[in-house]
Amino acid sequence: MDEEYDVIVLGTGLTECILSGLLSVEGKKVLHMDRNDYYGGESASLNLTQLYRKFRPGQEPASTFGRDRDWNVDLIPKFAMASGEFTNILYHTDVTRYLEFRQIAGSYVYRDGRISKVPSNNTEAVSSPLMGIFEKRRAKKFFEFIQAYDFTNPATHQGLDLNTVPMIEVYKKFGLEAGTQDFIGHALALQLDDSYMTQPAKDTYERICLYMNSMARYGKSPYIYPLYGLGELPQGFARLSAIYGGTYMLSKKVDELVYDNGKVVGVKSEGEVAKTKAVIGDPTYFSDKVKKTGQVVRAICILNHSIPNTADVDSIQIVIPQKQVNRGHDIYVAAVSYAHNVSAKDYWVAIVSTLVETAKPEEELQPALALLGPIAEKFIDITDIYEPIADGKADGVYITKSYDATSHFETVCQDVKDVYKRVTGNELKVEGKVKKQEEGAAAE
Amino acid sequence: MSTPSAQPGGAAAAAAGAVDAATLKPIQVKLVLLGEAAVGKSSLVLRFVNNEFQENKEPTIGAAFLTQKCKLDDKIIKFEIWDTAGQERFHSLAPMYYRNAQAAVVVYDITKPASLDKAKSWVKELQRQANPNIVIALVGNKLDLAATSRGVPAEEASAYAAEAGLLCAEASAKTGDNVMDVFTEIAKKIPLEQLLAARGGRGGASGAGGSGAAGTGRVDLNAGPGGRNTQQGPCAC
Ligand SMILES: Cc1cc2nc3c(=O)[nH]c(=O)nc-3n(C[C@H](O)[C@H](O)[C@H](O)COP(=O)(O)OP(=O)(O)OC[C@H]3O[C@@H](n4cnc5c(N)ncnc54)[C@H](O)[C@@H]3O)c2cc1C
Ligand SMILES: Nc1nc2c(ncn2[C@@H]2O[C@H](COP(=O)(O)OP(=O)(O)O)[C@@H](O)[C@H]2O)c(=O)[nH]1
Ligand SMILES: [Mg+2]
Repeated sequence: MDEEYDVIVLGTGLTECILSGLLSVEGKKVLHMDRNDYYGGESASLNLTQLYRKFRPGQEPASTFGRDRDWNVDLIPKFAMASGEFTNILYHTDVTRYLEFRQIAGSYVYRDGRISKVPSNNTEAVSSPLMGIFEKRRAKKFFEFIQAYDFTNPATHQGLDLNTVPMIEVYKKFGLEAGTQDFIGHALALQLDDSYMTQPAKDTYERICLYMNSMARYGKSPYIYPLYGLGELPQGFARLSAIYGGTYMLSKKVDELVYDNGKVVGVKSEGEVAKTKAVIGDPTYFSDKVKKTGQVVRAICILNHSIPNTADVDSIQIVIPQKQVNRGHDIYVAAVSYAHNVSAKDYWVAIVSTLVETAKPEEELQPALALLGPIAEKFIDITDIYEPIADGKADGVYITKSYDATSHFETVCQDVKDVYKRVTGNELKVEGKVKKQEEGAAAE
Repeated sequence: MSTPSAQPGGAAAAAAGAVDAATLKPIQVKLVLLGEAAVGKSSLVLRFVNNEFQENKEPTIGAAFLTQKCKLDDKIIKFEIWDTAGQERFHSLAPMYYRNAQAAVVVYDITKPASLDKAKSWVKELQRQANPNIVIALVGNKLDLAATSRGVPAEEASAYAAEAGLLCAEASAKTGDNVMDVFTEIAKKIPLEQLLAARGGRGGASGAGGSGAAGTGRVDLNAGPGGRNTQQGPCAC
């Protein structure tokens, strides 16, 4: 502890571990601490004992759930977009060497009381019940436009400059129905609410492209997921950091930050002070420097069957667009199973989540819970979402954001890039591979 | 399926055990090192892989794995050896580290009785959390110091190992005494046929063990960058 560090990182959630990894690779001297005796904080995956300890203190898991070690239940449901920035970071850092990924088998959307597969290719699109035949033609024109669009070539714009034109105008131009707009905006662009409609179309365009490119990569859905649960991800980046000299301390309570002239110079833990030039941490370490921006409700459901009406798939995402159920925010279902080594054989874990809008959050999830069939066990988690009040430049304390209600890691990556830039002054470049002496010796 | 004759390489040939070892594709095995800080884990690996010993060697920055091949009569095993990267120092080794390991070398220092207790707690953790078929070797290191400062009687460790079902040896990374033998014994005990049968996906060391997930749906992210679409236009729809 009695050394001087470039950065001290508090909390081993995914965002913090990615930052530690990246900074260590660059040669920064990093000390990483967590008050818990396990990695991951909010982004840990729990076994049954831990899950019951958290949600049902004093109660034993049902014996039918099998062995404790077979379970790795996420607290926060997220999938990685196969062609997203998170996957780029995994590849860039070679953290892929420590983890194995599997496809999510299907992406579904809720419309008019039932769920349908989001078409993953032309054949599926033609036979999809999501649109009528004429609407399909209009949608086809829309997708051809998106595919051909080139910001530098006005000939491809059909009079629509996506930098300025709001998305609603694009929908109107192609004459798309409200249900199709829901489908594109929420199931493909994964917008959480409808505010995007009046914003410049560029953002939605890029999100559609991300979805399509990710879908094209492996075929079944745009999503991939790490075997043994999301809790593997922070551990993978922590190992990267450690390999580059990062120091890790779990079960380390933080007493306070030490300041000199308003600038952070150290972290006091268990009576000792570790000196540092900067501190990075998750919001739970800085209750006086963050503000609440919302609340997410999540229902973690254990099922002993696949989700009804899904062709018995081992994993799935379902998007319920807000308007379909008279809400202001979408409801997401993310389900994985024993095929991903997150549960005992023949069990599924489905997490239903949304942004809280009323005083009865659990009831808000009802339309999604009703899609799951019989639920063997259900744990409800309501958490506040925080973000930092200041950017950290004044005091050298750089705070990450809580994990939001989005279904994938793209906002986590934005936060990583944002904090990285604030801390180092440079843009994060995620190209090629970090230089590493892998297989340093291989004598025969 | 009865043509075992002239197919060089490949899993079938390895399992059939019919062909010259030099032409065989090595079978990759993930091996992890566990034990208290400073018992000599990294030194044992360095001895095994490079046949060298360096007093007070700084850990190699950026080396995620070391690999070493081990020849058995008709098979070649390629150990993918994971060192702790120092994460054991403050009790912060991630479970991901030993997840899916097919072999573990749990090291203690024969001059430090407390390090054997720590080794025992690692064995317990492996038996609770790791791959059920994992081959565990308990290694008492620094055998060169036995005459002057032994603190753990050899019988005590071997009695415990027998009871817990572990391979067991004393060795010295410094002199090289017994180091190769430890790894060879592990190689012999790995259930290779089972491993090959269970192995799907990228065929890497972490492919075996665990439940369920063999076969389809695995994706290989090591194959190429996730980003930019390589097809026409910016959007693959
Ligand atoms: C909500 C919640 C979520 C959790 N999530 C996770 C999780 O995702 N992953 C996880 O592994 N644990 C997690 N834990 C911690 C877990 O419950 C155990 O506390 C932990 O695995 C240690 O086990 P134990 O208490 O049986 O052993 P202990 O009695 O705590 O430890 C036995 C011995 O092993 C040592 N030891 C324990 N762990 C390590 C280590 N990692 N490195 C080095 N030495 C060690 C201890 O110092 C001690 O000497 C979580 C706990 C809670 C409450
Ligand atoms: N005498 C002796 N010293 C050893 C032996 N193996 C390692 N050491 C020393 O013990 C210290 C710790 O070794 P290291 O490999 O870094 O241990 P690790 O922390 O478990 O990886 C170093 O000073 C080594 O030189 C051995 O077999 N005999
Ligand atoms: Mg070492």
